[in-house]
Amino acid sequence: MMEDMSHYPLELTGPDVPMVRFMNVTKRYGALTVLDDLNLDVTEGEMVTIIGPSGSGKTTVLRMLMTLETINSGVIYVDGKPLTHMPKNGVLVPADAKYLRRARASIGMCFQHFNLFPHMTALENCMEGPVQVLGLSKREARERSEELLEMVGMIDKKDQHPSRLSGGQQQRVAIARALAMRPKVMLFDEVTSALDPEVIGEVTNVIRRLVSEHNLTMLMVTHQMGFARDISDRICFFFGGRIEEQGPPDALFGNPQRDRTKQFLSAVKEAD
Amino acid sequence: MQWNWEFTYEIMPRMLWATLNTLMAAGVGYAIAVVLGLALALAQRTPYRGLTLVVREVVEFIRSTPLVLQIFFVYYVGPQYGLNLSPWVAGMIAIGLHYASYLSEVYRGGIESVPKGQWEACIALNMTPVKTYFRVIIPQALPPSVAGMGNYLVGIFKDTPMLSVIGVAELMHAANAIGGQHYRYLEPYTIVGVVFLMISLPSAGLIRAFEAWVRRKLGMR
Repeated sequence: MMEDMSHYPLELTGPDVPMVRFMNVTKRYGALTVLDDLNLDVTEGEMVTIIGPSGSGKTTVLRMLMTLETINSGVIYVDGKPLTHMPKNGVLVPADAKYLRRARASIGMCFQHFNLFPHMTALENCMEGPVQVLGLSKREARERSEELLEMVGMIDKKDQHPSRLSGGQQQRVAIARALAMRPKVMLFDEVTSALDPEVIGEVTNVIRRLVSEHNLTMLMVTHQMGFARDISDRICFFFGGRIEEQGPPDALFGNPQRDRTKQFLSAVKEAD
Repeated sequence: MQWNWEFTYEIMPRMLWATLNTLMAAGVGYAIAVVLGLALALAQRTPYRGLTLVVREVVEFIRSTPLVLQIFFVYYVGPQYGLNLSPWVAGMIAIGLHYASYLSEVYRGGIESVPKGQWEACIALNMTPVKTYFRVIIPQALPPSVAGMGNYLVGIFKDTPMLSVIGVAELMHAANAIGGQHYRYLEPYTIVGVVFLMISLPSAGLIRAFEAWVRRKLGMR
């Protein structure tokens, strides 16, 4: 059954165009509905953290934004333009591969398991995108990459392969690699979940610096509640594929309104 | 019948010359198989379902029929459709295609062994499918494929005698010719066996060393 797309705008206009907009987004895996008619706006420069129990759809939000998952219904807009769809004869139709590549160019992502290229050094990992995708010269790409590796504190290890780096070090390289593409939106998908406790700080500190020094729009999924509270502009609590409750960190953590939020937060606190 | 050393020395130059032809047949056939095999493997991974299905069936067909039939087919059936090929060319096409279909399965296994996260990282970096394969996936699919590729290199080498059936002047062909001329088969066939043994035996060790070298070269342990 084809969804009627006529009520979705071809482009978002006006003074308050959000950097990211999920509009009636539904995602299903077979009979399981992972995202249920989700509406979510993220404004430019905002840091939004998604929390919630496992299976609540929080990682799916990021994966759909990175176009790693297809969409069942609804539309995602990035910077005013549709991401999952493209305009054709005045209506939105599902985006083809060529359109997707153009549309997702402004999005970068870091993964739980880093996903660095094992056959390339830290520096080569960072240069790969700028050279092969953006068409920068090797020299320009190297300058840009070294600057970023410096920022994440990995310049000493730039000639090491990932197999020689610790998890925290690999994740910092992965952040530099994503930033080398100069994204407008950065996605952090449980970037500290696979790390040993003693190295979590080195990764969260890098993200802290990004928040304070850059005007990046960021979406993060994390289980580090203290970290999320510190750096986020807004927290979204997901439950059953919907936003159960959202608000500024102090309000959501300090004075949650919904029962499910309270239950989740007290369960997390106990586990800590 | 006794072993005749004099006869052995007499036929040695011809046998060594034929050994070169055998090595060349194996080398050229393998080079075709390595490249064509990759094409067959990649063709099965495109979004075009029709292409995938056709290539899949062709590979299955080639793998399920004897090499010697394929050699005869290319050499004798070709001319009936105006395709006149020399024994060498027909032989290289047949053996190259045959081993390409085996190698495509090796590559397929190697490609499938690359973790899903690597593909996702390529999407996150907005790489094209072509760059994704050639810059990221294939280099990582290589080390797990080396052992299988090596086995088929030895395999193609040992299958070159089949080319004698259409008159490619490799070792087996030379041994048959010598045997027929002098009515002595013991020496030429023994030499063929010894040559194959001397080349096949050390290759397993060499392949393992090469695999280790590839891993080191790619920075993977």
